[in-house]
Amino acid sequence: MKINLNVDVRHITRVEGHGNIKIKVENGEIKEARWDVVETPRFFEVMLKNKHYSTAGLLASRICGICSISHCLCSIRATENAFKVVVPETAAKLRLLAKHGETFQSHILHVLFLAAPDFFNEPSVIPLIEKKPDLAAIAIRLKGLGNRLCDTVAGRTTHPVAFQVGGVSMVPQKRHLLGLRDELKRSLDDLQTVADLFSTFTIPDFIRETEFVSLKGEKKYPFIGGSLISSDGVEHKEQDYQPMTNEYVDKNNTSKWSKLSRESYAVGALARFNNNAQLLHPKASEVAASLGLKPVCHNPFMNNIAQLVECFHVVHEAICLIDELVESGPGETMAKVTPKAGEGVGAVEAPRGILFHHYKYDKTGRILMANCVVPTTQNNANIHQDIKSLVKKFAMTKEMTDEKLELLSSMLVRSYDPCISCSVH
Amino acid sequence: MKYLGIEPQKPKIAIFDFTSCEGCELQLINKEETLADFLNAVEIVRFREASSSYSDDYDIALIEGSVSRNDEVKRLENIRKTAKILVTLGSCACFGGVNQLKNEFDLKSMNREVYGNDPKETINVRPIKDIVPVDIEIPGCPVSKAEVESLICHLVWDSPFQIPVYSVCVECKQRFTTCLFEKGQLCLGPITRAGCNAPCPAGGSGCWGCRGPSVEANYKSFFSIVKEKGFNDIEFRERLNFFGAFGEVKIS
Repeated sequence: MKINLNVDVRHITRVEGHGNIKIKVENGEIKEARWDVVETPRFFEVMLKNKHYSTAGLLASRICGICSISHCLCSIRATENAFKVVVPETAAKLRLLAKHGETFQSHILHVLFLAAPDFFNEPSVIPLIEKKPDLAAIAIRLKGLGNRLCDTVAGRTTHPVAFQVGGVSMVPQKRHLLGLRDELKRSLDDLQTVADLFSTFTIPDFIRETEFVSLKGEKKYPFIGGSLISSDGVEHKEQDYQPMTNEYVDKNNTSKWSKLSRESYAVGALARFNNNAQLLHPKASEVAASLGLKPVCHNPFMNNIAQLVECFHVVHEAICLIDELVESGPGETMAKVTPKAGEGVGAVEAPRGILFHHYKYDKTGRILMANCVVPTTQNNANIHQDIKSLVKKFAMTKEMTDEKLELLSSMLVRSYDPCISCSVH
Repeated sequence: MKYLGIEPQKPKIAIFDFTSCEGCELQLINKEETLADFLNAVEIVRFREASSSYSDDYDIALIEGSVSRNDEVKRLENIRKTAKILVTLGSCACFGGVNQLKNEFDLKSMNREVYGNDPKETINVRPIKDIVPVDIEIPGCPVSKAEVESLICHLVWDSPFQIPVYSVCVECKQRFTTCLFEKGQLCLGPITRAGCNAPCPAGGSGCWGCRGPSVEANYKSFFSIVKEKGFNDIEFRERLNFFGAFGEVKIS
């Protein structure tokens, strides 16, 4: 079989950050199949050094423009664990509510603005505004709701202002929360329309057995803090994240790579779902079942579906949180913070997967050492392995062309919703 | 789409990202209530974060991020050759932003600390205007979409465009935010350019000066108030340096 294929994508589009796909098949033999991250490194772990604890969250949120709320929450959780601070319940609920806003806006951005155009054969969402006006209106409406929820609770969606070590420094007004509650309820119809649409799409039938890493939910589907679990049966406490992530430097990549029981592992909505599906809101579970998503799912393209399922979950949980907050009234929102020498780790499920911040402090509350392990950093090696496997499975047929393979491999990378600048913090 | 009987010019816009978090680009697809009109008023020919279509024929280049590797210098020079108008979006592009905090450290030991024996190429962070001439600057971390829209209206319909010259304090008064100095907290609002609608003081963080100095900022009075209120000098300097926007200001 004389199959020759050549794919050379320099800076894949519709993802955050800069990464390249390179595939070369000569006479039916795979010469090269790679995913490489070429983003410029920013050295946040060095910039965090000597920063005062009150500044760390502010700086850490700048690691990522899309998941800045997660970075900020993870950073202050690491500091709170180092100083042994217990956050008041109301503050913890407000943080989780903002986190749900971020998960919602980030997933909607990915599912409808970045991934969906592939299923309509369009280069972006822009032509869809004219060709599919109803869908475009839903996409814009849902994304607006996610952003409004974040703006109201976190003070700003991109680079939040309301989160401080010890609690929150801003409490949203009751009437704003109740307004959002109505909007959230109404959004469920829009979400169902999106789910119905996705049930008509053909998701590529690609399975590669993968290890999935996420937080382990105890009573609730996990988002902030808790122990760590992998689908291969590895479990660790939050502070023992390093034997879970095992970061190392690859010579072709400015992002580090990670591994656990196999040569790579995956994090993200699909990993969370695979490890915690039984804890989803019943309505979200119904949607998962209707879209054919069952744990443990080893098809990375199904990450889009897992994100959509999580949208249902966070909307239902956000409505409950608002009810609880309105009923209990504002109450205490800041704990007393006394800096002390020591170290702490924070683990948070960012939209794209589990995120860790780890700081060592001196006794004045300044950072001596910082380490951040970011979701896409953990996914990069797995994307690379998936590309190799994808080429083996799909490229060896006469029907395959360079264009088709470029689209398929780009869709694979996009399904991970990579946040590449984040991965090269 | 005629307006008052006139067919508006649709400028061709290309959006580029350098070293950054891409949060400013994200703002371009936020502000959902006017998103469809915004996309209709311009022709976006290049926007890698959101679109796979691609063209090198553009009038306006919107640039996010700062320069931190040699290949970015060349890329930027090429963009400058094509663009009729070059606009920098956000604090990283305008002043270096938080990226420039890295310049306080030694590049070699920093590289060793993060990448061990496999160092990656990096140079000291520079804002865009250090490399090529910039026509319009829109500062902020992140940038305000309302200001980007106002700039687009200016370029399409020639309506006036100006970012505020006054300080953030004005916007705090407009939204009834209690002054953070009254609460015993430090805030750069009195010397920082408004236009963000002051979310940070309202959220309880105080202003960190991401939009750079307001016009004719009264540094002398401000510094004496900061001193009088007993704020720690190191803390104050750190805040001024955070986004790299007050580089030329000497604290007396």
